[in-house]
Amino acid sequence: MGSRSSHAALIPDADSLRRETGFSQASLLRLYHRFRALDTNKKGYLSRMDLQQIGALAVNPLGDRIIDSFFPDGSLQVDFPDFVRVLAHFRPADDEDAGLRDPREPEPLNSRMNKLRFAFQLYDLDRDGKISRHEMLQVLRLMVGVQVTEEQLESIAERTVQEADEDGDGAVSFLEFAKSLEKMDIEQKMSIRILK
Amino acid sequence: MGFQVFVAFGPWNLLLLLVALECSEASSDLNESTNSTTRHEPNVQFAAASSEPDENIPVFVLDYDYVQIPYEVTLWILLASLAKIGFHLYRRLPGLMPESCLLIIVGALVGAIIFGTDHKSPPVMDSSIYFLYLLPPIVLESGYFMPTRPFFENIGSILWWAGLGALINAFGIGLSLYLICQIKAFGLSDVNLLQNLLFGSLISAVDPVAVLAVFEEARVNEPLYMMIFGEALLNDGISVVLYNILIAFTKMHKFEDIEPVDILAGCARFVIVGVGGVFFGIIFGFISAFITRFTQNISAIEPLIVFMFSYLSYLVAETLYLSGILAITACAVTMKKYVEENVSQTSYTTIKYFMKMLSSVSETLIFIFMGVSTVGKNHEWNWAFICFTLVFCQVWRAISVFALFYVSNQFRTSPFSIKDQCIIFYSGVRGAGSFSLAFLLPLSLFPRKKMFVTATLVVIYFTVFIQGITIGPLVRYLDVKKTNKKESINEELHIRLMDHLKAGIEDVCGQWSHYQVRDKFKKFDHRYLRKILIRKNLPKSSIVSLYKKLEMKQAIEMVETGILSSTAFSVPQLAQRIQGTKRLSPEDVESMRDLLTHNMYQVRQRTLSYNKYNLKPQTSEKQAKEILIRRQNTLRESMRKGHSLPWGEPAGAKNIRYLSFPYGHPQPASRHRRVAEFTDNDSSDSERPSIMFKEHSQRDLPQERYPTQEIIPMKSLYRGRKPTNFRYQRNTSQEEHVGQGRRAALRPKPLFRAVDEEYESGEESAEEASAIGPGWPPEHRPSREHHKSHSPLLRRK
Repeated sequence: MGSRSSHAALIPDADSLRRETGFSQASLLRLYHRFRALDTNKKGYLSRMDLQQIGALAVNPLGDRIIDSFFPDGSLQVDFPDFVRVLAHFRPADDEDAGLRDPREPEPLNSRMNKLRFAFQLYDLDRDGKISRHEMLQVLRLMVGVQVTEEQLESIAERTVQEADEDGDGAVSFLEFAKSLEKMDIEQKMSIRILK
Repeated sequence: MGFQVFVAFGPWNLLLLLVALECSEASSDLNESTNSTTRHEPNVQFAAASSEPDENIPVFVLDYDYVQIPYEVTLWILLASLAKIGFHLYRRLPGLMPESCLLIIVGALVGAIIFGTDHKSPPVMDSSIYFLYLLPPIVLESGYFMPTRPFFENIGSILWWAGLGALINAFGIGLSLYLICQIKAFGLSDVNLLQNLLFGSLISAVDPVAVLAVFEEARVNEPLYMMIFGEALLNDGISVVLYNILIAFTKMHKFEDIEPVDILAGCARFVIVGVGGVFFGIIFGFISAFITRFTQNISAIEPLIVFMFSYLSYLVAETLYLSGILAITACAVTMKKYVEENVSQTSYTTIKYFMKMLSSVSETLIFIFMGVSTVGKNHEWNWAFICFTLVFCQVWRAISVFALFYVSNQFRTSPFSIKDQCIIFYSGVRGAGSFSLAFLLPLSLFPRKKMFVTATLVVIYFTVFIQGITIGPLVRYLDVKKTNKKESINEELHIRLMDHLKAGIEDVCGQWSHYQVRDKFKKFDHRYLRKILIRKNLPKSSIVSLYKKLEMKQAIEMVETGILSSTAFSVPQLAQRIQGTKRLSPEDVESMRDLLTHNMYQVRQRTLSYNKYNLKPQTSEKQAKEILIRRQNTLRESMRKGHSLPWGEPAGAKNIRYLSFPYGHPQPASRHRRVAEFTDNDSSDSERPSIMFKEHSQRDLPQERYPTQEIIPMKSLYRGRKPTNFRYQRNTSQEEHVGQGRRAALRPKPLFRAVDEEYESGEESAEEASAIGPGWPPEHRPSREHHKSHSPLLRRK
């Protein structure tokens, strides 16, 4: 496969990507290898089918939604920068003091808010910025075994929305969602160690 | 005098069996005593068969000597099995203490009985029996079940840790004990350096896998797991090699004659023995994989080939004085990958179970023998030696762990934390291996053998019981959970979602390490090895029909349990539900939360799960099946309804003419792969019959380039009516994650409703039809000619 150093040159816009996503050079390289390994027909981009080749995703209850999250806005292809941008959400949070960050710069992709947004979009399929009861029910259905009846699921969905909904509109907006999870350690939950 | 052994509740059975054992022992004593005398027993019933010819033909004759050995061995094994049943009946026990505790207790019990009845126990264990019959199954099993991918990823650290760790421990303990022996006050001065070194080498043989089950739930991370596993795997081999070398030293030289040349020769020998063993193992592994390529017509001998070749590798290595243990391990590792693909599903299962059974029997026998030795008169108790042994075992293990890991952490991408190292240190539980080696010390060379045996026993008991029982709490303590308070339903749901999400993204990221070496190996493997070693034309029809039957069966089960499950809490009124303003009572919330917790799907465990004494029940499989079936159905529905899929593809667009059957499908031979592995190729869970998951449906959607893969429908459930929908994909890429793809609409229907559609579809044989019949309301009776896809579903909407 050749020496490793030559690969750095193969990644287009490596520097700007690094800055944007915060990955180290080594991680970026590894992700690139992974991208190319997934890209079975060497098209240069990934289609849904390529991601579906990952067997483990097929038995993940949220497998399809996870794949969809790589294809925002109904696109059919994901190229390497987009691939990396999605994965950047899962980078462990940097330990450096956030206070020193330049407030004019966009928030890093792996900030708590951005992680939450990423999770939020798994629920909110129609992208209206709210999780309706129906959407909550759908997620529940995906995640629960067969022995739970429909009525039970509906009650649980109902209750979930109720708990989080503060302004009473019957749906959970992003801020309400974030608030309901304020006690949780999102940074740790949604971080993958090897992505440093 | 046969006693019926029947399976019932554990302790009662134990009692019964003990009584049985005692009586049989007693009767055998009686027999012996009658045999030794020439007097006639006035009681005709107990006439001994071998004494002087009776005048009458004895009506009832007892010949215990003839069956003594197998009889007692069988009884021991049964006793241990019953004890295990009892052990697992108490659900909390397996999490509290390792199973070796149980085996030791059983052994001690049997020993007590034998001692108590003054029975001469049959010589089950001598050197040749142990090394030729009892040891290979144990090693084979641990080699076979070893997860290869993580092993090879961490192989540097594992070799470093296992190899050097064993050496450091052996020599450290040996030398320190020698120093202790020099102190005149303890009365140990006749134990020379070599003997101490030998003792050190045998006492450093740890068996940490035994404790793995105990802290499994603490979700030990994968590299740590692999460390422990790898150590267990290689440790036995290394100790035995050391042991043999040192015995050779003891035999051949007096202590004063040993020159540096000999020591160098010893080291060289160590390396040669190790490497040579591995080499032979690999060769035999390839041979057996090659042979299984041709066994499709006599699949009944496949397990035989696997076992015999592994055993042969062991024997051949032993003949050449190489390390048989390493040979058999290498053989198992090499052949596993290819054999699994070649061999039929039933053979695969047979191999797994049989291996577990053999190793279980071996270990049981060793432990029982250990118990027998414990309760006896042949002990020599020397306080100093024993206490210092214990102390030094712990001290040297700590030293080796922290020193070696400190060094290897410098070179690792993900270093081991101190917490991990503490866990590794504390899991240094000794097992049957040390005892066997101690027991087999030749008395002629070791006049103080009894002391060694006693010390070994003490160390084993101490580590197994005390460390084994406390390691669980220790690990849980180290793994401090942040909150114990109950989370709200929201949090529960979202946490689980995020766990799934994280697992999914981890899967997307794949495994990262040593890409180049691994890729090179994979290329080599693909290009050459697989062609030689894997079968070409696999009988797909039997696989397909097997899948069909299995799917049907599972679907039936799933639905039945679904229907029969109880609704845990009271469903709130319909009217109020609609308004969404009902306040649920706290009990309702509570029960809702419990319902959720218990029924949500588990996150796929990427960490391994190996249990030495058991093959895990496959609950995760059930879950995965549910998910898969659900996805199929949603997929099917979305296609049928002509929905445009969210990603904007025209629905039912090219409703693809996909071949319904693989027969005669042209396949490029070079890209032939029998089964698409579901998880990572060298995936951890070898317990999972990987074939189950190889099915998948691939909805073929228009894509730019025609897939160069072969498409074969697998769900023959749908064979009759939907040739388009189901197939599984043979992935020709060299990618490890060969898989299946599937699309699903984002509106999964509740499963049980969907499942009965499955019944309608597909051609059913009469038996299946009748199987479905009783469970179903009449209108869902399957109809064979039912080829119209739409109506049954539309009907039910």
